[in-house]
Amino acid sequence: MTVVRIGAGAGYSGDRIEPALELAEHGALDYLVFECLAERTIALAQQARLRDPEAGFDPLLGDRLRAVLRTCAERKIRIITNMGAANPLAAARETARIARVLNLGGLRIAAVTGDDVTDLVRRADLPLIEAQGRVADVAGRMVSANAYLGAGPIVTALAGGADVVITGRVGDPAMFLAPLIHEFGWSMDDWPRLGAGTLVGHLLECAGQITGGYFADPGYKDVADLARLGFPLAEVAPDGSAVITKVAGSGGQVSLATCKEQLLYEVHDPARYLQPDVVADFSGVRLAPDGPDRVRVAGATGTPRSGLLKVSIGYIDSHIGEGQISYAGPGALARAKLALRIVEERLKLTGVRTSELRLDLIGVDALHRGPNLGKGPEPAEVRIRVTGRADSLAEATRIGNEVETLYTNGPAGGGGAWKSAREVVAVVSTLIPEDQVRPAVTYEVV
Amino acid sequence: MKLRELAHARTGDKGDVSNISVIAFEPGDYAFLVEHVTAERVRNHLADAVKGEVVRYELPGLGALNFVLQQALGGGVTRSLLLDPHGKSLSSSLLELEVPDRQGSDR
Repeated sequence: MTVVRIGAGAGYSGDRIEPALELAEHGALDYLVFECLAERTIALAQQARLRDPEAGFDPLLGDRLRAVLRTCAERKIRIITNMGAANPLAAARETARIARVLNLGGLRIAAVTGDDVTDLVRRADLPLIEAQGRVADVAGRMVSANAYLGAGPIVTALAGGADVVITGRVGDPAMFLAPLIHEFGWSMDDWPRLGAGTLVGHLLECAGQITGGYFADPGYKDVADLARLGFPLAEVAPDGSAVITKVAGSGGQVSLATCKEQLLYEVHDPARYLQPDVVADFSGVRLAPDGPDRVRVAGATGTPRSGLLKVSIGYIDSHIGEGQISYAGPGALARAKLALRIVEERLKLTGVRTSELRLDLIGVDALHRGPNLGKGPEPAEVRIRVTGRADSLAEATRIGNEVETLYTNGPAGGGGAWKSAREVVAVVSTLIPEDQVRPAVTYEVV
Repeated sequence: MKLRELAHARTGDKGDVSNISVIAFEPGDYAFLVEHVTAERVRNHLADAVKGEVVRYELPGLGALNFVLQQALGGGVTRSLLLDPHGKSLSSSLLELEVPDRQGSDR
């Protein structure tokens, strides 16, 4: 192939549905990739799977695939997604059911497994990365541990004829790198090309964040038609250089500025962007305009991978309770501050045990609006927010309760109280040697 | 003047680490950013949020700086008590940074 066209159909699990269909219909794509698995999502999915063995994959998988599967099958667009979350095998079975309903006989669906390393991580006391501490600190409360797999098993699935590849945890860029390795026959130790392909994946993985989403700032950075934001596609050449663009007529923009922001998004040292397949080097990247909504990207390279895989560990961290209530009119700020002092004192008086407490003042125009409001030196309204960490749900619940009781016990005119309490599944990370992980590919044929 | 007049910015998050890109609107302003938007100034400006060290990476080819802020997300995105646990708004806050008036700038 001379050019491979890859589109990004989602940048997170709850992302908009229809931009992916627009790409499938009008993007002349070879591949459509859905990135839907944030750090914590897989831990929550694992909890769902423990309750129901056929659950644990992305709850929007059905909606997304019903929207694009027929178009993709007709146009030979292959789909790659991490919507398998904690249960890629069940996700593949669900995809096969959807394909049967749509009468898409012959569709071949691959599930990539092997990222679940819970047992492995439980046995080894490894240091954490991106935070302080060791795995042992959370081992007793662990919900899930998943290694970021590389492109390898996805390439295997594509070589095996898969029309849809469903993974659990993989490096996000690997979902875009894999079809490039497959189509161009890149070697798994061709570090410069793996680095270039990783950049393509990095730029596309957050979908609308490179086409004008997470960017607009009226008067400084104006973006047209964000309600109809088009998602990006890359036209990738065999050397790994690419043009980033979007479907003509869709909302948003692809510009040097949007590409620069996304290039550095969630990057630390740009010369060492650590991925399972390569250490990518973005320090020498060159961007150039290539017509309306087209940016040419070249100059990314790479060095040998570390041989270590990042592992995300989901664990039950704590419980967070929260309460909010608003005050308006003259003295709103003084009454809001009084309210915070009252809640703080009540939490002490009633013995609510928190390891951390935060008191915020929020507000512009949620309570009242009009030409005469908000003109004075003090805010027209202030909403207090009290949030604290506790060891149990019962204890966390008491935080919001002490905000709600301000209705009848606190300053004048408190309105719109709201409270919540929730268990916190948090994520920490560690590293394990890649040879301890055994990826596998399983097929469902419709 | 405020940094907002010369540059745009975006925040990313990983664990308890935030990174903020600061990108010159005009490539000619890059050297000015290098001089005036130092890691120390960024750390002081965001002192309420950032508990760890700040490291700056320079990308002259993009006219951009990348700041990596340790212990900046209330203990980590997934457990933070902050209203904005990802720190998405840190970039906007950084654009408030005062820099010397830029002679000859278009803005």
